[in-house]
Amino acid sequence: MSPASKNKTEGCWPLARKQPTLWNRARILQSIRDFFTSRGFLEVETPQRIPSNAPEAYIVPLASGAWCLQTSPELCMKRLLAAGYPKLFQICHCFRQEERGNRHLPEFTLLEWYEAGADYRRQMRDCEDLLAALLPELELTWRGRRINLMPPWERLSVADAFDSYASCSLEEALEEERFDAIMGVEIEPRLGMLRPTLLYDYPAEKAALARRKASDPRFAERFELYILGMELANGFSELTDSQEQRRRFEDEERLRRSGGQTPYPLPEKFLEELAAMPNAAGIALGIDRLIMLLTDSSSIDDVVAFPPELL
Amino acid sequence: MYTCSDLRKGLKLMIEGEPYVIIQFDFTKPGKGQALYKCKMRNMLNGNIYDRTYRSGETFDEANLEDRSMQFLYKDESGYVFMDQQSYEQITLSEETLGDDHFFLIDNMEVKILTFNGQGIGVTLPNFVNLRIVKADPWIKGDTAAGNSKPATVESGYTLQVPSFVEEGEMIQIDTRTGEYVTRVKE
Repeated sequence: MSPASKNKTEGCWPLARKQPTLWNRARILQSIRDFFTSRGFLEVETPQRIPSNAPEAYIVPLASGAWCLQTSPELCMKRLLAAGYPKLFQICHCFRQEERGNRHLPEFTLLEWYEAGADYRRQMRDCEDLLAALLPELELTWRGRRINLMPPWERLSVADAFDSYASCSLEEALEEERFDAIMGVEIEPRLGMLRPTLLYDYPAEKAALARRKASDPRFAERFELYILGMELANGFSELTDSQEQRRRFEDEERLRRSGGQTPYPLPEKFLEELAAMPNAAGIALGIDRLIMLLTDSSSIDDVVAFPPELL
Repeated sequence: MYTCSDLRKGLKLMIEGEPYVIIQFDFTKPGKGQALYKCKMRNMLNGNIYDRTYRSGETFDEANLEDRSMQFLYKDESGYVFMDQQSYEQITLSEETLGDDHFFLIDNMEVKILTFNGQGIGVTLPNFVNLRIVKADPWIKGDTAAGNSKPATVESGYTLQVPSFVEEGEMIQIDTRTGEYVTRVKE
């Protein structure tokens, strides 16, 4: 075999071929920053390495010495809210062990925004506005499927989604502990196919940091955004009751430990300061997936320079 | 023993005593819920295809397949013929059994034939193979933007994306594990 030529233009093709997409990515990030800045949101940066995350049963943090890397910036964002910053956003890297697939990277980019005085319905409208700012033509084609982005988008409750798409009701799924399996296999792939779907009102036990609905405390004010079967964002009206938050964290931490995960202390400073936090809503949106949609890319690997296997 | 985090396209597993290869793999995690590992797998003995979804915590046995070093001889109506250079024994594999791997076979190529109870059920190719481009749009002068690509077809009939500066008639290197372009080869 003759040696491969290594002139300057040739370079490393798996990296070189991403140039057009990475230019697009940079422009999209700039537009997102412009969108929030023009609406009076303060862009912040908070540490990626923290003493502990909000414990969640199925999210595995990556250890970093005695501390860990953030799985989301939410604890620091909410401490800023509690300290009197009313509108905040952040674009940052987050780390979740064992998550790798066509739409998952163990190190990925998350956009989070928080607004004091807002609730989850306000943030559903933010999602509509953000996409309209990024795609003024209000139309998106991804993998040969076209979707209309004209607001208002479809709003579908989790209970109705089970009735429409699943082989059993929400109550049965919860009883048999099949909620995640049915959501992942029977429901999610069908959401947001003609226009985006805002799936809302999750069972309270599936929303560790969300406020319960005053009208029906079995449910929490949490929603997820789906476009063409892809989960893009998760938002909620924030729980501000420090004691209830502690109980829910203890439940999640118990689940984590029974699943053999590394124990972490509860985030005590956050729990202390939560009492001072105003009513607010917060949301996390997967930037890499959004860029997949906006650049018609089939894999998350196509929208970042270095998926882990290229390192 | 494999766990769910080992699952990926191309992995070979033993299920109920028969070898399977994962031909499509997808990791999903609904909302903040439990991870699901969706696999499309082919039974390596009868070619049947199954969809299975696994949850974290499940474990799998490795497929205990044997490798035999063999040489690819030629293709005829019966399929692709390989020979053991020590014993001169020949094994024929169908195009269906080989899947996309048949695109990367070159006469006299040394390969590993996977066998299960003596039966040939697949092939492990060298990681890289050189093939000549027989069809590609010409390079448009001025298209110098790095990263631009175009489709090209190589001598075996396989079509892939290559950088826009690669021309018809040139030899390229392909990664047989991913089926993707690696680099041009100087002759």
